[in-house]
Amino acid sequence: MTEPPLLQVANLDVSFLQRGGGVTHAVRNVSFALGRERLAIVGESGSGKSTVGRAMLGLVPRPGVVTANRIAFDGIDLRSLSPRQWRQYRGRRISMVMQDPKYSLNPVKKIGAQIMETYSLHRRGGAGQARRHALEMLEAVRIRDPDLVFDAYPHQLSGGMGQRVMIAMMLIAEPDLLIADEPTSALDVTVQNQVLRILDDLVAQRGMALIFISHNLTIVSSFCDRVLVMYAGRIVEECDARHLHLARHPYTQALVAAAPEIDRPKAELLTVQRDPAWLT
Amino acid sequence: MTAGSRTIEPSGLVSVRRWLADEAPRSAAQAFFGKTWRGAMALSGNPAALAGFVIVVALALAALCAPWLAGGASPLTQDLAHRLAPPSSASWFGTDELGRDIYARTLFGARATLTIVALVAAIVAPIGLVVGTVAGYLGGWVDAVLMRITDIFLAFPRLILALAFAAALGPGLENAVIAIALTSWPSYARVARAETVTIARSDFIAAMVLLGAPTWRILLRHIAPLCLSSVIVRLTLDMAGIIITAAGLGFLGLGQQPPAPEWGAMVSSGRSVILDQWWVSTIPGIAIFLASLGFNLLGDGLRDLTDPKNL
Amino acid sequence: MSSRDERVSLSVVADSAPVGLRLAGQGALLVASLALTCLGLTCVTFFIGRFIRADPVLAVVGDHATRDVYDKARLAMGLDKPVVEQYLIYLKKVLSGDFGHSVMTSQSVLSDLLRFFPATFELATIATIIAVVVGVPAGVAAGANRGRWPDHLVRIVSLFGYSMPVFWLGLVALFLLYGKLGWVAGPGRLDVGYDDIVTPVTGVILIDSAVAGEWDVFRNALSHLVLPASILGYIGLAYIARMTRSFMIDQMSQEYIVAARIKGRSEWGIVWAHAFPNVLVPLITVVGLAYASFLEGAILTETVFAWPGLGLYITQSLFNADMNAVLGGTLVVGVVFIGINLTCDFLYRLADPRLRAP
Repeated sequence: MTEPPLLQVANLDVSFLQRGGGVTHAVRNVSFALGRERLAIVGESGSGKSTVGRAMLGLVPRPGVVTANRIAFDGIDLRSLSPRQWRQYRGRRISMVMQDPKYSLNPVKKIGAQIMETYSLHRRGGAGQARRHALEMLEAVRIRDPDLVFDAYPHQLSGGMGQRVMIAMMLIAEPDLLIADEPTSALDVTVQNQVLRILDDLVAQRGMALIFISHNLTIVSSFCDRVLVMYAGRIVEECDARHLHLARHPYTQALVAAAPEIDRPKAELLTVQRDPAWLT
Repeated sequence: MTAGSRTIEPSGLVSVRRWLADEAPRSAAQAFFGKTWRGAMALSGNPAALAGFVIVVALALAALCAPWLAGGASPLTQDLAHRLAPPSSASWFGTDELGRDIYARTLFGARATLTIVALVAAIVAPIGLVVGTVAGYLGGWVDAVLMRITDIFLAFPRLILALAFAAALGPGLENAVIAIALTSWPSYARVARAETVTIARSDFIAAMVLLGAPTWRILLRHIAPLCLSSVIVRLTLDMAGIIITAAGLGFLGLGQQPPAPEWGAMVSSGRSVILDQWWVSTIPGIAIFLASLGFNLLGDGLRDLTDPKNL
Repeated sequence: MSSRDERVSLSVVADSAPVGLRLAGQGALLVASLALTCLGLTCVTFFIGRFIRADPVLAVVGDHATRDVYDKARLAMGLDKPVVEQYLIYLKKVLSGDFGHSVMTSQSVLSDLLRFFPATFELATIATIIAVVVGVPAGVAAGANRGRWPDHLVRIVSLFGYSMPVFWLGLVALFLLYGKLGWVAGPGRLDVGYDDIVTPVTGVILIDSAVAGEWDVFRNALSHLVLPASILGYIGLAYIARMTRSFMIDQMSQEYIVAARIKGRSEWGIVWAHAFPNVLVPLITVVGLAYASFLEGAILTETVFAWPGLGLYITQSLFNADMNAVLGGTLVVGVVFIGINLTCDFLYRLADPRLRAP
């Protein structure tokens, strides 16, 4: 890692003000750096991992307040971007693949139009060129009949196809950083691997940085280079994906131990015993 | 019960508050009052709903205490020497074409409005609850037939049917009430049925059936009370429309008959002199508007309270 | 949900057959609903006419008729027959357009209704146009700017519209804008001098005068139409703006909106190119419902503005105790109202994306 990190986050805090007056800290004091590598952020629901991803795109929903000592992407301070500047970054330099294509694709627009939209927003060239690129992307995500899918509506696609369309839509403008927010969680297990492989190939081909957000430690350990484990808004562990079994924090150890193994069946699966000390 | 609160309350109030706020109520009464109190607290945080509540209370007060609030002035006394007088210190809202004090008539007119609202509510809520709960609970062909009938009535045009009914029944307050009630009950049946269908699948209903409780008892004692809150919210929101429909009927001469004051009829009687003596029609209309507004605000607030989406 | 990935090739083709059948089935259901509901309406009008009214015979022969005349009239009206038979006779008459005679105009109720309908149609249509042109953008602005001033403004204006009696608003507007300011023309459709210039073809003065090239008449008619249509339109736009706002709020909280933001789309583009198209179909049904409600609301508006439409006809018949006309008018307006309502409900359910997915 001789080049400066692509993304640098220092002391990220996201809080949501409640109506009664209380404050929920979704993300506390999160710091990490990312180069052209694959970083996984792992945690259970409510750990704040998705919020970190959204904060990178400036898309934390309204009652949320984002503060940080530093959020720098390729040297640019993301904390002080105007809405107009954000629009130049989103889709073009940083992009996100969302969880469920059933909800993240516009139901009344054709697939082709939705993919072309990203292209037209960031690259010059007429509709013809946009259409060509969109069809190329559909082939890149291994859709067998790109022309048919181009004119189809989202509800006509299966989950796996929809997610591949989502990937095509978000990668067509060739971003440097891709955030994948639980990209396979809504898919059948048999389809998950296919989609992961496509993601793998595309990320490798284009030399993109990847932040892979998931609750599935098993997927992450084989797919990513480094792992950040989050619990209750904080990072409790940061280590190499290959060295997860050497994790030091009891939460990570419990997660690793709880994962079932097919060649070493256990009589009783372990569950995580939470220690309130982890909240500090 | 926030730490550091400085108010000193008498110990009696403190214990009442604690009893209401208890998270584990020990009796049905405590649960009911606790829920009501919590709802009232939440409602008071919503300024619009609070304003609505104040208006509704003011309406009730005007109706009940009209004789005192009017300061002894009668809504019926004619004074032809001072007819069509503009608002002044003598008569705050002026006088109408027969010299009657409009301020007094507006206050007493609240009685007609409140009567209609209360009577219609008293008629449609039970009918709607009965039809809805029976249809939702029994299901099958009973449900199909009842809902068909409800749907047919729902598709009817409200005002014009109320008009036809009132026209045939003849003018009068009671007939106006019947006409409006006949065209309003369907939406409550729908609401009650929707709630009943979800409740009927619950375990505690199954338990009651196993214990051998008769259907009418299950419906009356267990299902109906649970539908009540949705029906009440619906009712409050509909009140605004009912007030306007009733005023419309009054405007056409079909409501409360003269000489007793009724806001819609008062607007109508001032029609011929609207260009010069604007207050005769305008002021009773403002009363109708405020009453309707009050129920709308209150109803919106109640709906925000009970809506699971909440905001 | 099948895990087979190449379902697209299958579903694009296989979809059309079931959808077509489903449409036909739903369409048949709609027609059946319409028929049943209108039948129900005729039951109600029959019931009102025969049983609630004091004495239908007296209404025809008058209070001072002799016993003989009374009995003869009773027989002639078929009141000695059993109820069901009376109803069937009534139904047959209604279906052939025989609503009886109007005591007030001495003509058949049907011809009266046909004569007065165009005025109401004109009023309701212009009011709907006003309500849509103002209400939809207002609702979109409110829904897309939730919690900010456009939202508050639209909510307040809507709330007022919901709470105002249309007859009072009409009167006050007439007093202010006609009586005091003279900005618009007074009650009625045309000033007296313009009455017979244009021969009625459609009955809609705006169309007839424009086609005949009589622009003076057109302008005069417009100046008379503007106020009642605006009053009615305001009440309608309160409803339309509120529903549009609600639909937009629902859509703006969807995941595909976030996806559009991620792509880098501008807020304006997101609101109009992404959220609004999803709102269109339920919106169209809402507009239909508003139109139907105008047919009703016109009753009071026409009374205030002396607008010679169905509403005025019904209320005048009311004052003259002309039950035939009242019931005939109720039936016609009722049927149109029911037709629009049920069709809109049907379209709404058809367009529900939850029903669309295979």
